[in-house]
Amino acid sequence: MNLTTKGKITDVHDLKKLAKKIRLRVLHMLTTAGSGHTGGSLSAADVAVAIYFSKMNFDPKNPLWKERDRFILSKGHAAPLLYAIMGEAGYFPLETLNLLRKVESPLQGHPCCTSLPGIEVSTGSLGQGLSVANGMALGLRLDNNPARVYCIMGDGEIQEGQVWEAAMTAAHYKIDTLCAVVDNNGLQIDGPVQKIMGIAPLHDKWASFGWHVIDVNGHNMEQILGALDEAERTKGKPTVIIAKTTKGKGVSFFEDKVEYHGVAPSSEEYEKAVKEIHNA
Amino acid sequence: MREKSQQSAVSNQQSADRMQTAERKPKATRDEYGEVLLELGKKRSDIVALDADLSCSTKTNKFARAFPERFFNMGIAEQDMIGTAAGLALTGKIPFASTFAVFETGRAWDQIRLTVCYSNTNVKLVATHGGITVGEDGASHQALEDIALMRALPNMTVIVPADAAETASVIKTITDYKGPVYVRLGRAKVPYIVPDDYQFEIGKALVLHTGKDVNIVAAGIMVFAAIRAAELLAKDGIDAGVINMSTIKPLDGAALLKAARKSKLIITAEEHSIIGGLGSAVSEFLSENYPVPVKRIGIRDTFGCSGPSDELLKFHGLTAEDIVKTVLNSRKKAVGSKQ
Repeated sequence: MNLTTKGKITDVHDLKKLAKKIRLRVLHMLTTAGSGHTGGSLSAADVAVAIYFSKMNFDPKNPLWKERDRFILSKGHAAPLLYAIMGEAGYFPLETLNLLRKVESPLQGHPCCTSLPGIEVSTGSLGQGLSVANGMALGLRLDNNPARVYCIMGDGEIQEGQVWEAAMTAAHYKIDTLCAVVDNNGLQIDGPVQKIMGIAPLHDKWASFGWHVIDVNGHNMEQILGALDEAERTKGKPTVIIAKTTKGKGVSFFEDKVEYHGVAPSSEEYEKAVKEIHNA
Repeated sequence: MREKSQQSAVSNQQSADRMQTAERKPKATRDEYGEVLLELGKKRSDIVALDADLSCSTKTNKFARAFPERFFNMGIAEQDMIGTAAGLALTGKIPFASTFAVFETGRAWDQIRLTVCYSNTNVKLVATHGGITVGEDGASHQALEDIALMRALPNMTVIVPADAAETASVIKTITDYKGPVYVRLGRAKVPYIVPDDYQFEIGKALVLHTGKDVNIVAAGIMVFAAIRAAELLAKDGIDAGVINMSTIKPLDGAALLKAARKSKLIITAEEHSIIGGLGSAVSEFLSENYPVPVKRIGIRDTFGCSGPSDELLKFHGLTAEDIVKTVLNSRKKAVGSKQ
């Protein structure tokens, strides 16, 4: 499947199948690399697949195409997910995925825009992507360019104060071409988000900052697609999709396990995980 | 010796004449920035400006009034300002992001590191109120570490103009240069120093005079102090050169080598901590390439304090007289070590 602007996938069944494939690639990459962030790459997979393959206009052969929609993975530690998607979309040969985290690889541990064409901005230090997304949206608006900007953040990430600075900016400048997503998997490295530093009530926080807020099950493709459509229809304010997700989604023994935030699967775990995903 | 002093006196007289013939009243570099940004904005629609609630002080308010749709006041949120600037740059705009130097570099350092330098975005960080001449507001508002912070970042160019004319040339030059740039401007009025036909080039120092006995490498407001110091030293028969090292990164190594070979003694002068700024850059370069004694004049590992800027310059030892003292002491030491 080589996707360009004209090859969008809107069939829910196809998108689910694709998300499975992406999860398998993520696990393979992480196991090959021997390190990396498993939990958060799997939790955000369905939302990221939906955004990239059902919504976004892009051209892998021309990564800097002016009319392209922009995608920022603010939670940069989920880089394997982004790389698996970009490989699937045709930004680079699939063999490149084996280079994750290797010296001089275009696939750095966290996304690096100067190493890999198609990455919009380098991320990894949390809390910064939404500001960059705002800047892109404002720049596109000045050019009357209708391209949209997507930004996926982690739920732990929004503990960073800069996120709320950017939340104010998006509402203040009425950036309605922006759709942010909070991958609400409930866990961060040190433990449950609510225990480490509570972020509730999520919906009300974003709403009070002037955003249009949509709550979805982040593993329900129909709900995700509906939310992305709604975001596109929403004018005069930015939209945030709060996606309730499960960390490590798709592999039972990774699910909701904080231990797998920043740990790659072993070879045995990989074999078991692949079977589970195939049988699901 | 006599020949030397005559030559130096003539040269300094020339530089003094140049200043007088210009007949321009001292002007703050931030005032010049505001005017030049406005002019550039008229010519280029891809220039945008951002500020963090200090546009009246940084003078981006002139641009803001003329081009409200291209000006983004980000409120008191420097981190968000830098990220937004990076985003604008990534859509082909040339963002000038301004606030006080202490907030621009300190408050948003990781944002500059990740989204400007590591991402190599075309963001122009033009900060005002650098150094202790911020004056009465005191230490919290006096950036004395900003150059060190910016100089350590890969991909970053660091520029400290000496006067308003150089500021104008710098701002025009960096608009056409692609990549991250940090420009440090001041609050206080400063006299004109650079020649009328001067064109700033990134990485090229302005050598006002190469001295046989000592060369003073200075940046920002300290260039004027260095010129005055050289005039005073000439009276003592000491031929002191003055180099305006306005680009601190990349450093003009060729100009430094030439000066060091001639005088075998280098004095650096900056309105910044002696740790990590111009003095450090010069010392690092010379120790690796042509080791000669280097004496650094700057803020000596301390915070600033409140007071009128001229009194603060005296208090922190940043006057022409302080440079003279340092030169004389360094020469004594050099002579002593030979005996």
